[in-house]
Amino acid sequence: MLDGYEMTVGLEIHAQLDTNTKIFCSCKNEFGGEPNTHTCPICLGLPGTLPVLNEKAVDYIIKAGLALNCEIATFSKFDRKNYFYADLPKAYQISQFDLPFCEDGEVKINPEGEEEMIVGITRIHLEEDAGKLNHDGDISNANSSLVDYNRVGTPLIEIVSEPDIHSPAQAIAYLKKIRSILEYIGVSDCDMSQGSMRADVNISIAPVGSDKLGTRTELKNMNSFKAIEKALYYEPKRQKKVLESGGEIVQGTMTWDDEAGKTRAMRSKEEAHDYRYFPEPDLVPVVVDDQWVAKIKEEIPELPDTRQKRYVEELGIPEYDAGVITADRQMADFFEGVVSDYDNAKAVSNWMMGDFLRLLNEEDITISEVKFEPKDLAQMLKLMDDGIISSKIAKTVFEEMFATGKTPDTIVEEKGLKQISDSSELENIVSKVLEENQSAVDDYNSGNKNVIGFLVGQTMKATRGKANPGMVNKILREKLEG
Amino acid sequence: MELYRLTAHELHKKLVNEEVSAEEIVESVYGRIDEVEDKVNSYITLTKEEALKKAKEVDEKIANGEKVGPLAGIPIAIKDNMSTKGVRTTCASKILHNYKPPYNATTVEKLFDADAVMVGKANMDEFAMGSSTENSGMKTTTNPWDLDRVPGGSSGGSAAAVAADEAIISFGSDTGGSIRQPAALCGVVGLKPTYGLVSRFGLVAFASSLDQIGPFSKDIRDCALAMNYVAGHDKMDSTSAQVEVPDYTKALGKDIKGMKIGVPSEYFGDGIDKEVKDAVWKAINKLEELGAEYEEVSLPHTDYALSAYYLIAPAEASSNLARYDGVRYGHRSEEANGLVDMYKKTRREGFGDEVKRRVMLGTYALSSGYYDAYYKKAQKVRTLVKQDFERAFEEYDVLISPVTPTTAFKIGDKSNDPLQMYLSDICTIPINLAGIPALSMPCGLDSKGLPIGLQIMGNHFEEEKIFQVAYAFEQETKHHKEKPSL
Amino acid sequence: MKIDKETVEKVAHLARLEVNEEEKDTFAHQLSDILDHAEKLNELDTDDVEPTAHVLPIKNVFREDKVEDSLDRELALSNAPDKDKGMFKVPKIVE
Repeated sequence: MLDGYEMTVGLEIHAQLDTNTKIFCSCKNEFGGEPNTHTCPICLGLPGTLPVLNEKAVDYIIKAGLALNCEIATFSKFDRKNYFYADLPKAYQISQFDLPFCEDGEVKINPEGEEEMIVGITRIHLEEDAGKLNHDGDISNANSSLVDYNRVGTPLIEIVSEPDIHSPAQAIAYLKKIRSILEYIGVSDCDMSQGSMRADVNISIAPVGSDKLGTRTELKNMNSFKAIEKALYYEPKRQKKVLESGGEIVQGTMTWDDEAGKTRAMRSKEEAHDYRYFPEPDLVPVVVDDQWVAKIKEEIPELPDTRQKRYVEELGIPEYDAGVITADRQMADFFEGVVSDYDNAKAVSNWMMGDFLRLLNEEDITISEVKFEPKDLAQMLKLMDDGIISSKIAKTVFEEMFATGKTPDTIVEEKGLKQISDSSELENIVSKVLEENQSAVDDYNSGNKNVIGFLVGQTMKATRGKANPGMVNKILREKLEG
Repeated sequence: MELYRLTAHELHKKLVNEEVSAEEIVESVYGRIDEVEDKVNSYITLTKEEALKKAKEVDEKIANGEKVGPLAGIPIAIKDNMSTKGVRTTCASKILHNYKPPYNATTVEKLFDADAVMVGKANMDEFAMGSSTENSGMKTTTNPWDLDRVPGGSSGGSAAAVAADEAIISFGSDTGGSIRQPAALCGVVGLKPTYGLVSRFGLVAFASSLDQIGPFSKDIRDCALAMNYVAGHDKMDSTSAQVEVPDYTKALGKDIKGMKIGVPSEYFGDGIDKEVKDAVWKAINKLEELGAEYEEVSLPHTDYALSAYYLIAPAEASSNLARYDGVRYGHRSEEANGLVDMYKKTRREGFGDEVKRRVMLGTYALSSGYYDAYYKKAQKVRTLVKQDFERAFEEYDVLISPVTPTTAFKIGDKSNDPLQMYLSDICTIPINLAGIPALSMPCGLDSKGLPIGLQIMGNHFEEEKIFQVAYAFEQETKHHKEKPSL
Repeated sequence: MKIDKETVEKVAHLARLEVNEEEKDTFAHQLSDILDHAEKLNELDTDDVEPTAHVLPIKNVFREDKVEDSLDRELALSNAPDKDKGMFKVPKIVE
């Protein structure tokens, strides 16, 4: 699509940490809430106030660093990033400049339709989030804005990628992998719709084989995978067009107009930023020793890659299926819950990959919102194995479980879905079906043996699917041949 | 004698003996304020109603037989850069002319817990930037010894209030000499404690790595008493030191025989007035008579301290003062068109010249391409200045020097020449860069009848040694008994 | 002079400070004087000197992750020059 050019993408992922309190004060760290009800003199930046670091936030960034294979800095410090904006109460953001907590990490990704690859992580640093601006309509048209400082001081980690990403599929796979890992280790809920995970996307193109990167443009605060993917198809093409018509790429911030499906240059005059970083005099350095790192290491659960490998090797799950199930920690936990009650793991994974995922998608809910328990699914699978329900009826039972949360036993009982395996009962039904379908019987007798399928169907219909299909087949043959 | 003339420890005795009530003490001080405040202009805000209420509470406690501490019922002035809940805190800046904080500074809270009575908020150079209190956006404080002269700064209001008996004790802040220099020029005692000894929480930041709160008093005992109540770790201030706070009054009266005093020759250079040098040497000789030993010592990087300070302090200030943008509190320009214009006009209208100058200087020193040459270089020089002191304190218990090159200068004399004004901080600034404690106390008058200050410096957290030497000198010479004739 | 009027303009914008023509000249002079004085620092060789950001060797000061009361919203907004719907009101952001 970019013949002659290659795109390079840099991603700066911001993830809010799921601590109880804010990073530098004891206000509740919570999404939403009535405007300005989670504020105090410290996060409002009132004159004279000072920050004190939340230890949990440091635990969490170390955890993220370890899970993303980073080196953890033994000596780390905070710096001030100075700029004026209405959402920034102190007119500086406490962040980290030259000594972040984590550096030199990497993560393995499986981009759709491409080879498995490694993406390097330059660094992860800890900083505070800003407030939120509200306006009537679009910011560029609003005559005034209203500021809510509830979000100010939410702990954020910023994960900066190496320039290893060269396609939209790689970018998406990387984002999904980071989200998956952060969720696994429980440091962030990574809910993009609530802004607890968002990304700045840098995009540049350069002639294939060039060892220099092109001038980049940046899309800030992107909070949907779909928008990022679309922008990554659009922006390099735009850049190529500019270059090929003899123009130059202007380095700067652009916005993604999702409706128009285009990037646009920011309308406001983009000034050269000069953040005047300097060491934060109000905070002291953080020294992380081996003991601290070891303690956090112990808290890290089995991560998706390891889990996937185990599912493939020990449970015989196809690699792709194992990948899908392990990408979401809750999904994988659910899967293991079922498997602990039911030992045919392959059958479990088939159900999860099939009807389960389909219904989750149709209803647009996450696995935590599912009404039934893993043991219910295990019970349903056992009912199938025991011949109490057919696989066809199982579909009905599953849909009912999904909709109501009732146990499979209850559903089978209430709806009378128990398979009919009583041979005398089935013989009566089959005889009736044969009587009513004399022409089919004639066809059979004149050599068209295939009509047996039709007759099986009619029998199933007469029992509303409850007949044991194997027995129906057997009885039909006996009667027709007899 | 009028009650307002007394010290805190004298008043405390009368109070617990029930010779006087706290209400009488407070009324006496407000009576004095009525008499002289229009000449001295120490205060930006007076809080008489709350003060009398607090005094009555103290009197009730005493009437109920409860034990009260040495600061109970004592009228205290607070520099207007310390946050006081519900009481206007302006930093003597138009940009905060109407700001009422919803919280108390830790120091203020500790003083209230000790039952001290806040008389009012003292005038200062705007955001503590200045050495004369002429940079106040509110009013000009005068020197009680000569009303045509400056009281020094930036804590000029706090110093003048104690010198003029408008408060028994007061608190100020010291970033480059802002307690010691006005204490010297007003003839009172002023201490800049070790950085980290007194919480900065609620002190409106000027230069965070240098700022420190400290007391003004009429004598050394009151200074030690005040420190007993404000020193100590605060979990709200990450830079607050985790040290045990001694009873500082225990250091008073200890023999100074055999103590080793260093006299840094760089503090007696050409820029220092001869009368000042003579008075300081006289004091050193007096200490020798009392059994101390002295030697001249060199602090070779002293001359560089001033330049380093005037990069570090403005740089931090430029960031600390960025929050005054007209959005959450304080002044907002009515003239503006759009957010950026609102910022620019608000800050233009709200800040005075000196503040603007330092914000500009600091912004420049941190800006891209200049950081290494200015800010980082200055921080490296700060290390060298600090090491000078470390070496000296391996040898000496305390160091002694002048506080200021001259006695109080006339109002208006230096206000048009910022560099000359900056040079007057030459003896106080290195102490802040090193974070060590230093005290200023009266050591006589010059030929114009103006007070001269003596600076006693100690190693980190060695305030007790300073008090030991200072008290010995004070009790021997009684310079603190010399008072302005207001 | 180290600092010309153009630099003053640039720095004033970074500091969000409106300055008029006369002030630009004054600042250019005064800041140049101060920075000339700062040149003195270059007499010192500081290549092997660590910068001092904190004078005390304090490290690892933390707060427990425990929620405490926030301010009453009314109090949080009590000093606001302009407010609406429980929020701080600011003028038009994009011009």
